[in-house]
Amino acid sequence: MDQDFSQRRRRDLLVAAVLAGIAALVPLFVKDVYVQNIMVLTLMYAALSQSWNILSGYCGQISLGHALYFGLGAYTTALLFMKFGVLPWFGMLGGGLISAVIAMALGYPCFRLRGHYFVIATIVIAETALLLFQNWDWAGAALGIDIPVHGDSWLKFQFARSKLPYFYFALALACIAWLVTWWLEDSKWGYWWRAVKDNPDAAESLGVVVFNSKMGAAAVSAFLTAIGGSFYAQFVSYIDPESVMGFQFSLLMALPAVLGGVGTLWGPVLGAVILIPLTELTRSFIGGSGRGVDLIVYGTLIVAISLARPEGLVGLFSPRRKEIAR
Amino acid sequence: MTAETIIQSLASGLLMGLLYGLIAAGLALIFGLMDVVNFAHGEFLMIAMYATFFLFAFFAIDPLLSAPLVAAALFVFGAVVYLLIVRFAVRAKANAGMVQIFATFGLAIVMRGLAQYFFTPDYRSITHSWLGGKTLSLAGVFLPVPQLFGAMTAIAAFVVLYFFINRTDFGRALEATREDAGAVALVGIDKNRVFALGWGLGAALVGLAGAIMAIFFYVYPDVGASFALIAYVTVALGGFGSVFGAFAAGIIVGLVEATTALILPPSLKSVGIYAVYLLVVFIRPRGLFGSL
Repeated sequence: MDQDFSQRRRRDLLVAAVLAGIAALVPLFVKDVYVQNIMVLTLMYAALSQSWNILSGYCGQISLGHALYFGLGAYTTALLFMKFGVLPWFGMLGGGLISAVIAMALGYPCFRLRGHYFVIATIVIAETALLLFQNWDWAGAALGIDIPVHGDSWLKFQFARSKLPYFYFALALACIAWLVTWWLEDSKWGYWWRAVKDNPDAAESLGVVVFNSKMGAAAVSAFLTAIGGSFYAQFVSYIDPESVMGFQFSLLMALPAVLGGVGTLWGPVLGAVILIPLTELTRSFIGGSGRGVDLIVYGTLIVAISLARPEGLVGLFSPRRKEIAR
Repeated sequence: MTAETIIQSLASGLLMGLLYGLIAAGLALIFGLMDVVNFAHGEFLMIAMYATFFLFAFFAIDPLLSAPLVAAALFVFGAVVYLLIVRFAVRAKANAGMVQIFATFGLAIVMRGLAQYFFTPDYRSITHSWLGGKTLSLAGVFLPVPQLFGAMTAIAAFVVLYFFINRTDFGRALEATREDAGAVALVGIDKNRVFALGWGLGAALVGLAGAIMAIFFYVYPDVGASFALIAYVTVALGGFGSVFGAFAAGIIVGLVEATTALILPPSLKSVGIYAVYLLVVFIRPRGLFGSL
């Protein structure tokens, strides 16, 4: 299997490099701002879902509260910039670190919980943070923060005229999240996580420190999610608690991985590439006039895929993958 | 803050808590039966509220009379959802937990979309029902009559449910199936039939709650979302699978919510519920009455 596995890993890296290269060339041919917008969102969700997948897919700790880390990233960047003039690049790093620390602080009591008790704890914690931010006047309360746009600048990471810089940053983010997952998959952490997911008691008895494994996964996952949040704040230049910390966001982050294949390297990418354009297109073509038709299409798709392909859509491409992702 | 205000809010908290218990009962029943959390539970509540509203608006049937009809309709709906969706979701060999969550969650999104499509996102409310807007004064404490009726219905429903689960053949079949679904097949009990009836019963309970809620709460497509989260917390607080744990936890949740609203701004009243949930599971990781 070792031979096979390292061969597959080299092939994955090659495929990823080719795909990233092609993606980088797409904006040269696609000038439509609307389509570019969808591409940015697709890449962002691919990155977010990849981050979520580390904790929930590989390590098996299903989080439906990742909006917390996304929101923390967005708010840290926006608040540091607005209140103290700190450049978004430092805010991004700060948001990531704060999220990682908070993820571990929350993980300390929460990782004792199992199954649905854990899932509900993650929802409840994110909802509590949402309510606190909605009532925190200094941070703009429920109205949120409007980030002033001074014109195009890489230093301040804001661009009013073109979407291209955002596109390339989102592409870089998606690549980094993918590479981190690729690298972790074959590290000792990757093996520990899969062991913890399959059978925590057996893993513990074989010398895996289950608790530390979960903490590690939570920190990496939260850090990357927060970077995505920081990016989003700069991209839309307006954030409010509901739009960056709402429960919906936690689900939107999880869905690409679930549809593409939970705990697989390519699942989040594949899920995002299918799901996000579909969502955006149904929303703009039938959403406005049809009052909720976009939700009906979207929901039906989720039900259909989870029933027909419980292991995710990656199974369609390579039947062997399931056995490796075990 | 006077003693009267405190007693007043605790009394309304208790009434609301009993209703929360009733909303959560169906969720707890279904989970206890087959380890599935129905993430469309809030949407079940939503369609029950719409059904009550339309029976009132079109046929002038008062919610008190339509409640049994709505519960019966939800029974059928719940059984159909099991047969068409959940039955297949629990068969999944890969990612079983995730598939259940997202299959029922997808259903929730579809139901919300359908409600928006057919009923528009407008807020609707039932005006001039028999109980609506009335209050009862009991030793100086004012109790809203619809909530009081809801609380009494919840108590009655739990008493009936207790006898149903412990004294009838179907109840025993439910218990037996949750203990060992494979073994019951050997004695001639059809597992799918029991599960379908369990889903029907769970949906009927939330249907009953929805019919009463429609008397005093706005009806709109997203109404289920906020109550669903409270229902999940209630069920987990009581201990997954324990129907009567959910009943007790409902009362606790109602009282905690009312107490929090006294201390913190009303918009933060849910924070108290969440904090109590986290506190309880950190000390007892299986909830208050959970044995699983």
